[in-house]
Amino acid sequence: MPTLIELHEGIAKTVPDAFTHVADDEDMATGDVILSLARFQSDGDRLLSEGRRIGVRLKSDEEVEALAYDLPRLTLVALEFPKHLDGRSYTNARLLRERFKFAGQIRAVGDVLREQAPWMVRVGFDAYEPADDASANEWQAALNRYRHVYQRAADGRVPAFAEREG
Amino acid sequence: MYQYDTIDKEMLADRSAEFRGQVARRLSGELTEDQFKRLRLMNGLYLQLHAYMLRVAIPYGSLNPTQLRKLAWIGRTYDKGYGHFTTRTNLQFHWIKLKDAPDILDHLASVDMHAIQTSGNCIRNTTTDPYAGATAEEVDDPRVWAEAIRQWSTFHPEFSFLPRKFKIAITAAPKDRTAARVHDIGLVLKRARDGALGFEVIVGGGMGRTPHIGPTIREFLPVNRLLSYLEAILRVYNRHGRRDNIYKARIKILVAALGKEEFAKQVEAEWAKIGDSVDLPDTELARIRGAFAPLGFETLPDRSEAFETAKASNPAFARFVRNNVKPHKKSGYGIVEISLKAIGETPGDATSDQMDVVADLAERYGQNDIRVTHEQNLVLPHVKLDDLPEVWAGLAAAGLATPNINLVSDIIACPGLDYCALANARAIPIAQHIAEKFRDQDRAEQVGELKIKISGCINACGHHHVGHIGILGVDKKGEEFYQLTLGGSGAEDAAVGSMLGPALPYDKVADAVDTLVDVYLRERQDGERFPDTFRRTGVAPFKEAVYADAH
Repeated sequence: MPTLIELHEGIAKTVPDAFTHVADDEDMATGDVILSLARFQSDGDRLLSEGRRIGVRLKSDEEVEALAYDLPRLTLVALEFPKHLDGRSYTNARLLRERFKFAGQIRAVGDVLREQAPWMVRVGFDAYEPADDASANEWQAALNRYRHVYQRAADGRVPAFAEREG
Repeated sequence: MYQYDTIDKEMLADRSAEFRGQVARRLSGELTEDQFKRLRLMNGLYLQLHAYMLRVAIPYGSLNPTQLRKLAWIGRTYDKGYGHFTTRTNLQFHWIKLKDAPDILDHLASVDMHAIQTSGNCIRNTTTDPYAGATAEEVDDPRVWAEAIRQWSTFHPEFSFLPRKFKIAITAAPKDRTAARVHDIGLVLKRARDGALGFEVIVGGGMGRTPHIGPTIREFLPVNRLLSYLEAILRVYNRHGRRDNIYKARIKILVAALGKEEFAKQVEAEWAKIGDSVDLPDTELARIRGAFAPLGFETLPDRSEAFETAKASNPAFARFVRNNVKPHKKSGYGIVEISLKAIGETPGDATSDQMDVVADLAERYGQNDIRVTHEQNLVLPHVKLDDLPEVWAGLAAAGLATPNINLVSDIIACPGLDYCALANARAIPIAQHIAEKFRDQDRAEQVGELKIKISGCINACGHHHVGHIGILGVDKKGEEFYQLTLGGSGAEDAAVGSMLGPALPYDKVADAVDTLVDVYLRERQDGERFPDTFRRTGVAPFKEAVYADAH
């Protein structure tokens, strides 16, 4: 089972994962589950009515707009990085936070490497399943690498042009 | 010039520290070369045929003397005493040792330089007019916007893992010295009738395997909305650009597949949703604009006696002035182009000693301002005509006074098979052979403006598609052959060149160019440049002459 690192108020911590990833061809697990978009669309209502917490896992070629009306019912959205160079999930994460005001967890899954941490945190990811065995400390170090940012993004950091205004 | 403040400097220091840690992990064996590759490629460090190559960013091609001297020193200390200026107005060191790379980045950071985003599928160095701030042709200074884009694009949270690399050019003059129409995004700064500044936005130009002249998707974008509009374009591209095939991943393929109307519609829809939260506030724009405020020019007469006397008495100086000195917006000043295309040398190379000479001249005579052009030359944008004889003498003593700007020997060539693992054929020796053919400067001047561009493979780093004469190296059963195209242009009359005929062997290329020039001289009418004649006559007379010779 992959390590789960969560970010709470700027601190990265390894935490036990309450959720189980359930692939489309697997039997349904008990408890809180993360499902594909297709499986959520077929089984989501029933599982939610059982009082479970549900997360949806979007592939990088699926667009977050498809979830717009379901977001209030979701505890988390997991966004896939099939390869670390596939950058589509950065857009999905940012739109979830900025456009759809999603306040639940946004989790990075797949080819998730510590070098991506500075970008991921900026677009709104607050949970990570690292593929490179990075520890929470290493992840934290990557997050804290840059003292400044040049752009406004989903993390609310003050961009350079606003810092300059003092 | 823009001066880095504490924030800009701390960004570079943090990047340098991060890279030092990554190199240490590689040298200790914690990272394999494969794992390290993805990290070094975020930082301009390539592994080439013979050694590591470090590509240093020169944002919008602008340097001060301290920076250029530092580059010279790095070339001398860590490389073989020279550097190579690129068509992205960057500088490459080709003989770098991995263990030295972190120290080099620290030395660069000490003069506000770096290698950030000189590789990888991110927004690369934005290029602009090398005559910015000096030419009367521009409606306003494009560097203001190039600097705004530099900051906005640096470590962009959303657009650092695009389908493919992404290049932006900005021109503010109708005469386009940036090749804006063959960029992923080309921006042309314009003034509306009411005086307001705005950009014509061109998207989806490019070279490579499938050349495209970019279409205009918006005629006039108010300047203060530039960054939100760029975000909209990049977001549409990041989501919908192809990622299944590296050769179809540039934005030009997406724009061509959707059609420009549909692409523009998607961008406008996204832009409407983004709003203006990412646009720079007027105060920040004013701060950046202030950094490019006009310099303290003296009020000088149009005519300089020292300059006129030198021209009359020294034919070599007069020739240099005819070809390398361009009109400045202030009377009594000139824009001086320094050719890095000395006959027989590698296009774009400069030795460390030459860099020091240029830095000294810029400091003494050039208001501390040096530019790099995408045609791989240097520019001193503000030189008093009174000082031109001294500047010329200083350049000439360093082998930097080749009077061939825009002439047949001012060739763009990629590194080719001599350096590059991708190339099919040599490019630099072809450039040298052609330059030798036109060593007679009277003949070269008689031919006039003629842009030859040479690529050693279909990836088109030498921009052959937009050469007046384009030369593409191909491999035919292990032998180097060259495909010639005619009539291309990267300027305001942008066009992709048309094929001349069957590819020619290595030793016939320079002769063929000679023949093409003879046909042009025979056919040309008043004031026509090579591409003008070609567009009027078509390929027939050129083809006939070259293949009559070749067979």
